Amino acid sequence: MRLLTAPLTREDAESLQLGELVALSGPILTARDEVHLRALKCLDKGQSVPVALQGAVLYHCGPIMKRTPDGWTVVAAGPTTSARMNALEPRFIRAFGTHAIIGKGGMSAEVSAAMHEQGCVYLAATGGAAVSLAEGLAQVTGIDWEDLGMAEAVWHFEAQNFGPLVVAMDSRGHSLYEQVRQGLKY
Amino acid sequence: MTAVLKLPEPTARVVVNLLRLANTKLPTDIGWALEAAAGWETGNIASAQLGVILENVRKAELLARPMCQDTGLPIFYVRGRFDSSIAKDIVAGVAEATKEIPLRPNTVDPLTRQNTGDNLGEGMPLIHYLPTDDDFTEISVLLKGAGSENMTRLAMLNPAEGLAGIKKFVVSAVLDAGGRPCPPSIVGIGIGGSSDECVAMAKRALLEPLDQQNPDPALSALEQDLFVQLNQSGLGPMGLGGATTVLGVRIRKCACHTASLPVAVNIGCWATRRASARITPTGIEYSQGVRL
Repeated sequence: MRLLTAPLTREDAESLQLGELVALSGPILTARDEVHLRALKCLDKGQSVPVALQGAVLYHCGPIMKRTPDGWTVVAAGPTTSARMNALEPRFIRAFGTHAIIGKGGMSAEVSAAMHEQGCVYLAATGGAAVSLAEGLAQVTGIDWEDLGMAEAVWHFEAQNFGPLVVAMDSRGHSLYEQVRQGLKY
Repeated sequence: MTAVLKLPEPTARVVVNLLRLANTKLPTDIGWALEAAAGWETGNIASAQLGVILENVRKAELLARPMCQDTGLPIFYVRGRFDSSIAKDIVAGVAEATKEIPLRPNTVDPLTRQNTGDNLGEGMPLIHYLPTDDDFTEISVLLKGAGSENMTRLAMLNPAEGLAGIKKFVVSAVLDAGGRPCPPSIVGIGIGGSSDECVAMAKRALLEPLDQQNPDPALSALEQDLFVQLNQSGLGPMGLGGATTVLGVRIRKCACHTASLPVAVNIGCWATRRASARITPTGIEYSQGVRL
């Protein structure tokens, strides 16, 4: 299994092959519905975004976190359904130069086109495997937009061997989900 | 799993125990189905998904942590003898469990999206009541995460569409959902009733263990047909391809209007989390699958 180091460059993303199993180390942050909405709203208003989203590895995840005397600890952190962000992600990828998104279930052709343009990959984490995946996110480095609530806030992690992840959508516009869908027997 | 605890234990504590059991221990029948699936998958992506899932199930139980971060909306079913005070106990139990286990606070206002922080809120948690003359009070809980719940479908078919129409609708509902509901999934199906009862039956079907045969032979045969057809589809674990798309199919039916054929599909993810506590005069018995 190939080990990737975050943040990924365009070249890193473009070197990944569909179906490859990888693990990831380095900084990643969680971003789901409300983070996408708020970040894009900042752009609409011409404001700067007070969270370091530029080039960050996004994790579609709303974890269970527990407060400790010296900060936060992660309890469970599996991926959420990425398709909910389909309408928001193309603009997000273009605005923030995203090169890697981690989630589950895949994303639309519009997202795939933006990924192709920006040199971005989609890495599938196993849905529901929240305890195992949390082991790779043991180091919590911060939280932004805490007012959005535990599930929707931006959680920053220093990932360590986070995975396994499947390269399910590559940077050339190919999608494993689409290939499976086209071969489905109804 | 069956354990008998000594009374008295406050009902709110029984609710906390139920939520802990459902969140941290996968029902044995689903565990078996996953183990079997891991044995017959040959592709490396599908095998990797099932391997991670099984490892996660073991770790969650060992560490007493929720197996999935989406601890869902808890849907309660109360059966037997009870009075209206049980609702207060369930509410208290949900709030306690959210802090103690902990559960993710998932309950928000539908318009403002403001999170209540304790998994309570207007109309929440949902409680279904089934009074009987039995000498027990049984509380069951089904945890529904949004990934699978968002894939729910209802069709008011024309009666002329018959069995073929039902099958076509169910197969489309499951395959169009793709990887979103975290397959391999459990397919809850309601046939008949009114539109609301049809959807309620589809969800209630997910409480039933996979290793118990449907008492209705026609429904049992339909369950098996759909099971085979869906697993031949190629969708596979997480929608990434493979031989395991569903772990089981459970159907409930009731009578309906002569001009209607309602069909509902409520998908349960691989982590279909359920637990029941039967409170009798002598003790409390916990289990993880029940036919209501």
